[in-house]
Amino acid sequence: MPHDHHDETDASHPHALLPSEPALRVKALETILVDKGLVDPAALDAIIDYYEHEIGPHIGAGLIARAWVDPDFRKDLLRDADTLIDSLGHGGRQGEHVVVVENTPETHNMVVCTLCSCYPWPLLGIPPAWYKSDAYRSRAVREPRAVLAEFGVSLPADTRIRVWDSTAEIRYLVLPMRPDGTDGMSETELAALVTRDSMIGTGLITTGLITMAGES
Amino acid sequence: MTRIHDMGGRYGDGAVKPDAPEEPVFPQEWHGRALALTLAAGALGRWNIDASRHVRECLPPADYARFGYYEKWLGGLANILVAQGIVSADEIAAGRALGPADDSLRNRRLAAEKVVPVLRSGGPSSRPVDTAPRFAIGARVTTHPIAGNQAISGGHTRLPAYAAGKTGTVVLHHGGHVLPDSNAHFGGEAPEHLYSVSFAAGDLWQHAESPADEVCLDLWDSYLTPA
Repeated sequence: MPHDHHDETDASHPHALLPSEPALRVKALETILVDKGLVDPAALDAIIDYYEHEIGPHIGAGLIARAWVDPDFRKDLLRDADTLIDSLGHGGRQGEHVVVVENTPETHNMVVCTLCSCYPWPLLGIPPAWYKSDAYRSRAVREPRAVLAEFGVSLPADTRIRVWDSTAEIRYLVLPMRPDGTDGMSETELAALVTRDSMIGTGLITTGLITMAGES
Repeated sequence: MTRIHDMGGRYGDGAVKPDAPEEPVFPQEWHGRALALTLAAGALGRWNIDASRHVRECLPPADYARFGYYEKWLGGLANILVAQGIVSADEIAAGRALGPADDSLRNRRLAAEKVVPVLRSGGPSSRPVDTAPRFAIGARVTTHPIAGNQAISGGHTRLPAYAAGKTGTVVLHHGGHVLPDSNAHFGGEAPEHLYSVSFAAGDLWQHAESPADEVCLDLWDSYLTPA
């Protein structure tokens, strides 16, 4: 993803005293809109704070863990996610219409948006850079197995992969399979196992990955 | 002919690079600023989500290809602000306001205390449609042979080129939803039934990894004909 390269590296230069060029352009546009009385800088701070601190994959992980322990909740989540999500107060921008798709030994679901980068923001937060990269957008539909291999995921040949290309305002959330050996775990412990990538379909959950479940 | 954004199935992009577990939400401070500025400007109510997508797709291909995600947002935002007459090209060039906005627009400024309620309520695209859905779950349907806006040359559409003229199976019906092909051009919401249609990988790709794998797309009624 050559176009993302500078996005990921510039901020880590400890001696970069001058802002990057796009940083200057954002500042210029912000100045224009604030001076014209159209944007309140405090509102910008509030938006950033909301997406940095209020929402994120921990919300989706909570839904998944509860679906694992509560069969009625699981049924409702798969049948009518919107009603359930609204009742829990987890609706919002880029998550107005949600469909939850269930992974099974027969079917593995994976989500992409080839035309832009649609993603269930209220449940998973802001999408990671790789989800928005040209490489993921172009290849996930044509060679999902090769893409999954880049995430360290290998599926049996007889597991059917279903890739959801989010072309409308429906946002897809993957309900991963509950890993073996978790029978005695509480809902909170289970939620800590659920990774962001497992809810996009580019990751699997195993109990061996507990230490990597830091996203929640 | 579609535009540069329509990249599903394209070759040559290289490997996907998964992020580190502790990757920050906004890897650079200006990323969050660009996102917030775009949402705050959108809250002025002078365009809709389909128009904002289209303005990004209309960036020159060379810019689209070299811009990162938030640079595309920023480029699209500047263009739509100018197209809507909210900011002038002279102001963009000068990097400063050359006069205040109209009171009617200033009155729509998003207040900080409204941010969370606005983000939490979102903007649903579901709409009532007074006709019965044309296709049942399990119906075989064929997509429009050309992935382009059927009314406007170079206009917005959500049928990707890789899925044009293909036959698949309806797997979900989502009810009525705003039609982006109309709404992006301020031609009204023109809601239509929306379906998820599943295509066999072997029907989409010359060299499918596994022909029985599937790709599902959300497609509006006018994109489809009975197969």
